[in-house]
Amino acid sequence: MEPILQVRDLRTSFLTSNGEVQAVRGVSFDVEKGKTLGIVGESGSGKSVTSLSILKLLGSTGRITSGSIRLGGEELTRKSRREMRAIRGGRIAMIFQDPMTSLNPLIPMGDQVGEMLWAHRKDMTKAQRREKVLELFRTVRIPEPEKRFKSYPHEFSGGMRQRVMIAMALACRPELLIADEPTTALDVSIQDQILKLMRALQKEMDMSIMFITHDLGVVAELCDRVAVMYGGLLMEEADIVDIFERPMHPYTMGLMASIPDMHQDKRKKLQPIPGSPPDMIHPPKGCPFAPRCPYAMRICAEELPPYVATGERRRSMCWLLDPEAPAQGNPFKQGKEAAV
Amino acid sequence: MTQHSAPLLKVDHLTKHFPVGGGRVVHAVDDVSFTITRGSTLGLVGESGCGKSSCARTVIRIYEPTSGNILLDGADISRLSQKELLPYRRRMQMIFQDPYASLNARMTVHDIVAEPLRAFRVCASRAEERDMVERMLNRVGLSREHAGRYAHEFSGGQRQRVGIARALILKPELVICDEPISALDVSIQAQVVNMLRTFQEEEGLTYLFIAHDLSMVRYVSDDVGVMYLGQLVELCRADEIYAHPAHPYTVGLLSSVPIPDPVAARLKDSVGLEGDLPSPIAPPSGCRFRTRCPYASQRCAEEAPALKEASPGHFVACHRLNA
Repeated sequence: MEPILQVRDLRTSFLTSNGEVQAVRGVSFDVEKGKTLGIVGESGSGKSVTSLSILKLLGSTGRITSGSIRLGGEELTRKSRREMRAIRGGRIAMIFQDPMTSLNPLIPMGDQVGEMLWAHRKDMTKAQRREKVLELFRTVRIPEPEKRFKSYPHEFSGGMRQRVMIAMALACRPELLIADEPTTALDVSIQDQILKLMRALQKEMDMSIMFITHDLGVVAELCDRVAVMYGGLLMEEADIVDIFERPMHPYTMGLMASIPDMHQDKRKKLQPIPGSPPDMIHPPKGCPFAPRCPYAMRICAEELPPYVATGERRRSMCWLLDPEAPAQGNPFKQGKEAAV
Repeated sequence: MTQHSAPLLKVDHLTKHFPVGGGRVVHAVDDVSFTITRGSTLGLVGESGCGKSSCARTVIRIYEPTSGNILLDGADISRLSQKELLPYRRRMQMIFQDPYASLNARMTVHDIVAEPLRAFRVCASRAEERDMVERMLNRVGLSREHAGRYAHEFSGGQRQRVGIARALILKPELVICDEPISALDVSIQAQVVNMLRTFQEEEGLTYLFIAHDLSMVRYVSDDVGVMYLGQLVELCRADEIYAHPAHPYTVGLLSSVPIPDPVAARLKDSVGLEGDLPSPIAPPSGCRFRTRCPYASQRCAEEAPALKEASPGHFVACHRLNA
């Protein structure tokens, strides 16, 4: 089946007074219809810029320098501002991290959700819009929708505000929903409620979701497929069960070792990844993870590794997977080493 | 709750109310009691608005307690004047949540870390101060080159190291860590947690570690206390709370933490927690958790459950268990 979204070799840069920040440096992935793709990475990995590039929300300093973004076969990078306005909120909707800064504190909630319909569904009357908003409130399980229609953002809790944001995003039945850390600002119990809601809505509406997060636990709960980003590049991409069963990139392995496991012996120390993320004004010539990688070889600092297929529907960008890479001390060739 | 060693910190029926006008008060901390043994860590866990940070700030007397007592090494510090408090200030320090907001942007890293030394006139000379700051920076994984720089030149993880250096340079006995890792990336969180543990092993530090979820707390705490709407609802050994959570709120909180295992996550028969936190200005009568509790009965609305020992060393405030 044709994927809903196809991103190919996307490169996005920002011009700053310190130089050009290469936030995304050649990223390709698909979002399949009715599936959830998780994009995982730390601050500065380029995960949010990737999603903002899709919507062309890059401000005056950012621009897509090359690559292609196709929504249902239609190229988005060449769309005009006017055409993009119709796509944003219509065919692609987005939910952001902090619902309070995404909402206007002076406008009642019902009207803010209704504005979405006013902008995209010119055929609807005011009464129809109101009816639709109430229906959306019910869809996202907001109690007493009639009363809540007239309430202002400050009268809602963080979890309820995020439900309103989801209602707004769903208003025009988008083909693709981009969620950028929608639960990061919320408490765990509320995060759990929102994740359950998103999972239920995805089933009900057969939605395609691109879910951006730094939390591997959230990914495990919600996503079908995962792309791990680091230093503006997609380091590894695989189906959800495969990547947790056997991570095939030292960065993914490091991420997994550094998350706390509630069932693990607490006397065992966590294994952090040493060092800090790369400077994106002067990105490293080779693999961006090489300075922090426990397995780094000489070539890693000099040349960007190519993608290697590491199984069915999965690939990684790492020199250790190269057929000529030494087997000794190589975490991905231990099986073969034993066989020899 | 080990009894073999004297507690460094004893908090007794601590209450902190904030007036909000109209005679109403926010019940931020209500009748909270706990002890921390020297050299051990108490993890204080709860969601936003549960009063864990207010509790920590009252313990260290940033906030004045409304009632109750705070005993540091046997001495009651809850009613001391700021001047009388000075010798105790040196023995308790704090690491803050936001490494961006808690470091002065106009001070160099050296000045930030040296400030406690200057406040207590620890060093006889500039050279001695430089030497102490340098050694402290080395211990948190920063170097001499970093000393002349400003906080904005650092990443979140490095800033938090500066915050830790500032807190530990006076060799305090009690360190209050107010969500020191929640603003950091996962791979950096583990670095900071391990560093705090190493310092504890080397210097016998005592920590009050505040966190909003139970997953990371496991790696640092000996005991864990769970707070809900200003009150302590469960308190026991860290292993015990994960193995046998007793309070319905703790059970809900534990099941809300996402499991980093896709197969287990899909099989998980999650109960989670319904609804939102009620207002701390008008908390529910009786048990404050009853509005979200699946087991709430008439008694829960009428009578507040006390924190009682349900099994040896395991304290729970729930009628269902204390019947």
